[in-house]
Amino acid sequence: MAEIAESGGGGHDKGKKRAKKSSTRVDMTPMVDLAFLLLTFFVLTSTFSKPKVMSLAYPAKIDEPIDKNAPKLNNGITFLLSKDKIFYYTGEFYPADRPGKDGPTKLTETNFSASGLRKVLADLNSYVLLRKEGMVKKVKAKQMADTTYTRELEQLKGKPEALKVLVKTDDKALCKNFIDLIDEVKIAEIGVIAPVPMLPAELKLLETQLKK
Amino acid sequence: MPKIKIPKSSPSIDMTPMVDLAFLLVTFFMLAASFRPSEPVTVETASSISDKVIPENNIMVTLDTDGKVYFNLTNPEARKEALNNMASLYKVSFNEEQIEKFALMSTFGCTMKELPAYIDLPGDSRKEFKTEGIPLDSLDNQLKNWISYSQMAALNTGKTAYEEAKQKGLAPDADDFKPKFIIRADGKSVYKKAEKVIDVFRELNLNNLNFVTSSEFNPNNPN
Repeated sequence: MAEIAESGGGGHDKGKKRAKKSSTRVDMTPMVDLAFLLLTFFVLTSTFSKPKVMSLAYPAKIDEPIDKNAPKLNNGITFLLSKDKIFYYTGEFYPADRPGKDGPTKLTETNFSASGLRKVLADLNSYVLLRKEGMVKKVKAKQMADTTYTRELEQLKGKPEALKVLVKTDDKALCKNFIDLIDEVKIAEIGVIAPVPMLPAELKLLETQLKK
Repeated sequence: MPKIKIPKSSPSIDMTPMVDLAFLLVTFFMLAASFRPSEPVTVETASSISDKVIPENNIMVTLDTDGKVYFNLTNPEARKEALNNMASLYKVSFNEEQIEKFALMSTFGCTMKELPAYIDLPGDSRKEFKTEGIPLDSLDNQLKNWISYSQMAALNTGKTAYEEAKQKGLAPDADDFKPKFIIRADGKSVYKKAEKVIDVFRELNLNNLNFVTSSEFNPNNPN
């Protein structure tokens, strides 16, 4: 083969007889073929990203009726979900026949984009988010351990000043809508999320809103 | 004067680097690949920012676009135990071979009556099996029984695995050996259907549920 190139000049002893060297090269083509076949097979069949899971704790089912004297939820937001549509109101629900201080509850429509839902939640949960920002800065400046950070963030989420979220769905809402909403709620660092059934009065209000 | 030579280029190229690379890649893909058993249903889940990887030991309920319910339990030993319990409850008999086959199967979605016929089908034709999914209404709540028996079986096998790990001198975390409950709902399915499944879990006092999602960009910690 051509790889034993003849050197151009001297230093070549012509008198010595050389033993015939058999080429050290093996034909690798079949091996390469096989290697690439296997490569293609594994590339096409392997699945890399394992699916991720999002945990959500549901409230336990209890038979006893809810305590009427329980503290009122004053910094809660309730989302009413329908198919690809989302409405919310803050605080307590006042039906049309039993209006509160500011009249009956009105629903506000929003959307699943960053400027809609995410902004609403960030504004309402600013108590947690502002403190979280301060803690992040401390962690970055090495003034706080990240284990402390995780613990304190959990505590912060459970404080009475932190926003609580109730999620109510009608029978047209899709799983995607629900998961998107929970996702946004988690982005806004909200600790208390409760999916609860919708009241008939709320459903009525939602339906009139949807018709508009 | 040196002789002018026309350099003859060899028709064979040195393939060694290429082969090295090819084999490197083959090895990588071989080791990294995890094969998924074929599932009777394809589900497109919604996306979330969560980065929690799906737990190995799980009990999974799948909900497809039509609202059909499928069930899966990962641990083969626990599957056998759960199947035996379900068989005696619903008075459906399975032979040894069917039980062995069932232990290695993945997700299934059929009633107890249909199950023997479903197991006997070859893997590829299970997709075409006509079924209404696992019933979960109040009259015939097979899903609830599947979940409760599977949970018991998975706890039993988890307990033995925990003891074994302990004897080996490891310090196992008992929580890792408990089954996790997972709901894999198609993004396009109606939430009320998923709620029914969730209610079944909640009736059994299993309130910590996980939703399967595909991952998406997290605006909180971009890295």
